[in-house]
Amino acid sequence: MIAELIAAFLKIVLVLGTISLVVAYLTYLERKIIGHIQMRMGPMRVGWHGLLQPIADGLKLFLKEDIIPSKADKIVFVIAPIMVLVPAFVVYSVLPFDENFYITQVNVGLFLVLAVSSLGVFGIVMAGWASNSKYSLLGAFRSAAQMLSYEIFLGFSLIGPLMLAGSLNFQNIVKAQSDVWFVFYQPLAFIVFFIAALAETNRIPFDLPEAETELVAGFHTEYSGMKFAFFFLAEYANIMAVSTVCIAVFFGGWGGIDAIPLPGIVWYLLKMAVLIFVFIWIRATLPRYRYDQLMRVGWKFMFPLAILNIFVTGLVKFLFL
Amino acid sequence: MELLFFYLFAAGIIGASLLVVTRSNVIHAALLLVLTFFFMSGVFVLAGAEFLAVVQVLLYAGGIMVLYLFSIMLMNAEVSVRLRQFHRQSFFTIVVSLILAAEIWWKVLGGGAAYPAFKGFSWTLGTTPGNVEALGSILYTKYLFPFEVASILLLAAMIGAIVLAKRTIDR
Repeated sequence: MIAELIAAFLKIVLVLGTISLVVAYLTYLERKIIGHIQMRMGPMRVGWHGLLQPIADGLKLFLKEDIIPSKADKIVFVIAPIMVLVPAFVVYSVLPFDENFYITQVNVGLFLVLAVSSLGVFGIVMAGWASNSKYSLLGAFRSAAQMLSYEIFLGFSLIGPLMLAGSLNFQNIVKAQSDVWFVFYQPLAFIVFFIAALAETNRIPFDLPEAETELVAGFHTEYSGMKFAFFFLAEYANIMAVSTVCIAVFFGGWGGIDAIPLPGIVWYLLKMAVLIFVFIWIRATLPRYRYDQLMRVGWKFMFPLAILNIFVTGLVKFLFL
Repeated sequence: MELLFFYLFAAGIIGASLLVVTRSNVIHAALLLVLTFFFMSGVFVLAGAEFLAVVQVLLYAGGIMVLYLFSIMLMNAEVSVRLRQFHRQSFFTIVVSLILAAEIWWKVLGGGAAYPAFKGFSWTLGTTPGNVEALGSILYTKYLFPFEVASILLLAAMIGAIVLAKRTIDR
């Protein structure tokens, strides 16, 4: 009993530690890749090719003055960044990294990830309201509307693959793809999922909550120091979580090509690297959507597509399988 | 262990919901209500109803409460802080609560003739594997008709809401 608890605790510490470190270095990777896409060098000063930049940034944020606006609701203002960060990390408790390496398995795994990640919006709404600033509140409203809408498409796009897998447990979903990845059976679902994931993580074509030209910085305008860093870390942790779900549901999780024998975790990390590169690539390429365009794309284009996908999958499954 | 967690969650539910009704700031009350939902979903997990626990978080906490917060923030929440909160009707409240408590003791806890469902009820952790499948099959076989009626009702309510909202915009 106690040995089990210690083992579980060590696993949690390992996963959390790795994620925090990787998340810090994702900021470096993002600046570097965008820099090179735009024919710049990116960070170069701290360490070899700027490799120590994230550590310098972290120290800077840690030592910065932590400002709480005098008209802010202090308790909610302090809790808000925590409410954003905690769900972002909690989802990793059920995400699959390898056949034998995961923190825990639940029967409702995928559903749990959707539920917990939907809680991040609370932190954003709380931050926007508690700051007592118009820009923050407007940013929070936009964010809440966007995340609530796109959460629906995210969930609906996953139903098709789930019908094929016949389980909500990540282990079973991955095992169902040992022959063919679901992305080939469910290309439509994958497209809808990917667009919804971009919107859910507030990434660039959909980063309206923090549109600088209109809202200063959106819901985190009034935040500084470590509290601001929390929002930042949560955003990257969410990107990694969403990529992991994408890999598990559409790209066969830890499974690879049989001809090249690599451990499952390496396959997983390779797929993760490719997906995260695509995320950053999109950020460097696309302009920002307007708010009405965002809603129109969501409800008039992606929602019917997701429903159509479920209908077709059900029909094919009923007729041929 | 499970009993310990149950008492923890139960204490959380009671404490958080007491704070919900006593806070004068509506936003704080709404946020504490979310906390209450979390503790409730914890109790559902302990009862082996994983699916229900997740739905509780996904729909009530993640969906409905966000919309609540949304609409509370759009009105002027500061006004509520200055309003008188209690109606000095504690006598009636106490009487009604006592009746309810007696009822719970009589019917549920087995003080009198308890319902058969509650007799011999025990808290078990995860003894029902895959209650998603069980729930799905029972919803689409035994309870198909009520399920469909409920979904048509929801659809009608949704269309009604859109029609009502659209009319005010046109004016």
